[in-house]
Amino acid sequence: MINDDLILEDYDLEPGKKILMGNIAMAEGAIAAGCRFFAGYPITPQNEVPQHLSQRLPEVGGRFIQMEDEIGSINAVVGASFAGLKAMTSTSGPGFSLMQETISMAANNEIPCVICDVQRAGPGSGIVSLPHQSDVMQAHYGGNGEYILPTFAPSTCQDLFDFMMDAFNTAEKYRVPVVVLSDAFLGHNHEQVIIPTADEIRKKIIPRRRVLLDDDGNILNPKSYRPFTYEDPSNRGHYIIPPPPVLGTEYHPNWMPTVTHTPDSIASEDPYVSTKVNEMITYKIISNADKICKNDRRWLDDSNIAVLCYGLPYRTAIKAVKDARDEGIKVGIFRLRVVWPLPEKEIKEVAESVDTILVPEINLGQILIYVKAIGGCDAKILPITAIGRLHEPKEILAKIKEVNK
Amino acid sequence: MALLPTYTIEKPDHPYGKNTFTGLLSGHTFNLFCRGCGYGTIAHLFTRVWEDNGLDLNYPNIVGVGCYSMIPLVLPGHKNMALHGRGIAVATGLKLANPDLKPIVWEGDGDALAIGTNHFVHACRRNVDMVVFLLNNKTYGMTGGQLAPTTPEHYKATTAPYGMLERPFDPVKLAISAGATYVARWTTAHPRQLMKAMKTAILDHKGFALIDIVSQCVTYFGRKNKMAEPIEIFRWIKNNSITIKKAEGMSEEELKDKIVVGEFLNIKKPELSEKHIELIKKIRGL
Repeated sequence: MINDDLILEDYDLEPGKKILMGNIAMAEGAIAAGCRFFAGYPITPQNEVPQHLSQRLPEVGGRFIQMEDEIGSINAVVGASFAGLKAMTSTSGPGFSLMQETISMAANNEIPCVICDVQRAGPGSGIVSLPHQSDVMQAHYGGNGEYILPTFAPSTCQDLFDFMMDAFNTAEKYRVPVVVLSDAFLGHNHEQVIIPTADEIRKKIIPRRRVLLDDDGNILNPKSYRPFTYEDPSNRGHYIIPPPPVLGTEYHPNWMPTVTHTPDSIASEDPYVSTKVNEMITYKIISNADKICKNDRRWLDDSNIAVLCYGLPYRTAIKAVKDARDEGIKVGIFRLRVVWPLPEKEIKEVAESVDTILVPEINLGQILIYVKAIGGCDAKILPITAIGRLHEPKEILAKIKEVNK
Repeated sequence: MALLPTYTIEKPDHPYGKNTFTGLLSGHTFNLFCRGCGYGTIAHLFTRVWEDNGLDLNYPNIVGVGCYSMIPLVLPGHKNMALHGRGIAVATGLKLANPDLKPIVWEGDGDALAIGTNHFVHACRRNVDMVVFLLNNKTYGMTGGQLAPTTPEHYKATTAPYGMLERPFDPVKLAISAGATYVARWTTAHPRQLMKAMKTAILDHKGFALIDIVSQCVTYFGRKNKMAEPIEIFRWIKNNSITIKKAEGMSEEELKDKIVVGEFLNIKKPELSEKHIELIKKIRGL
């Protein structure tokens, strides 16, 4: 198949503590996760990702290409994924918008890939060097059709390294494009990153399945291979996710259409099939939300105020919450490591146990709407808004004190 | 069962033989094109090239969006549909990720010359090893006969009821100037030459190969331009086709509505996926 002798499977950087820039930590995380193909287009503030990968990918036998635009980039990533390589692209807000058409297609055809979005202040060309959690909704609702992409929200450079591995694992396991939402501050932040050993990384990552195996570990007969996810006939609401098809092998449907299709890759214009497809690509993620979602809960058991945050604001929110607790205010913190799918059950539990939830976000409240919808009946939910900058801890502390009165 | 035609296993001698031979190879008994459409012919010719040369799964078909997206139903091999105009970008990623494959990209004039021109010219420049069949019917057949970037000047389309005001694109000149290494143009009226060009591009050439296949759209281009019968538009293509040799001495005015056919370019240049392999070998010391 692929010339395997060229590709170095193991991670080659020596383990230990290092000071890395966020974007470079993200690029290294991708290599550790087994990414061996990158296609991208320059856009500030993600430029260090392709710069670093253009040097590093050939060292591990990977392919780097700078495409003619973001649309070409994401399509080349899709092509590389068809060929059986783990592939990613990175971009920023405007480029992410250009990619949406293909991301929607990749969700429909269940093509595993990773899209890193180093967000910058919008709208329009915005401010290229300032952060803005502007693409949270776009990651979910950016394209046509209904689907959900697992979306990771790192807060530190260590997260950037670690979450890339989680992102690739999620993409492989659930056959879905995965989004990692970094931002301009985090991408340019230099911080300590602890790099695990190659053995630890090997145990952690899910490799791309090149020889396709069935559930019992036997080599799958190409004739019994169903190319797309289908509902378990004996267990309604649960989905069986087959390995992704690989071009050049027999594990590929005769015709893989981008139009609505049945699990056996037959194009269809039946509204019933359309309903099934939309349900399948959405619910295969939502039904596994408890496995995909990872949350940090701290000091929530005795608190009557909770701070719910994700991504960059976690850095100052944790400081504000610690300060508030030092002053005797009963406040806890709930951090989303994964934004989509939302851990609705946990948010509901938090809302039931506290009086007020504060949601610091670097936008006008994109997750706030959801938190209100989930827990609005049980708790008062208030935003803390900042755009183009990170909240100062004293801002969040002042808000905590205000609602504590 | 009475509706199904009966086959003979024997291969028809003439390339215009029964379409049912194509159907026989792929297990389909019909194609979905309009009466007199050229795409059935092209599918048929490609199937013959595939069969004659024993091509296998290492030649994946990447198909864009247009009437010709229905060609896969009668094609052998694995077919992967891409979005409108993005087939060449997908094939670029595919070729780099697995250099053992040789993608065969099916594009329409709308795909390659309107929405996906960017990918098209850059793939020419990079000289990525792939074959692009540009199915050029001079209109947007699937969406209802709108003007295409290849519609000749003064010809009519549903969005050009008073005649096309713009000048058409010449994909051959575009590909040559962008750096493609194999460029040919044939029409559905030149089946044998087209088959030969397909074989050369797929098997004998390494690098970006473009075959501009001029085809007839009876339902829209023909009807709008007073060639409502399949044979009329077919004759229009045949009578307007001239070889490169004949076209050499002709002025621009004389060449206006003519379709210059032939093999324009067949050169060897370093190919991108090979360069990547060389680079990796050099860096890794293999």
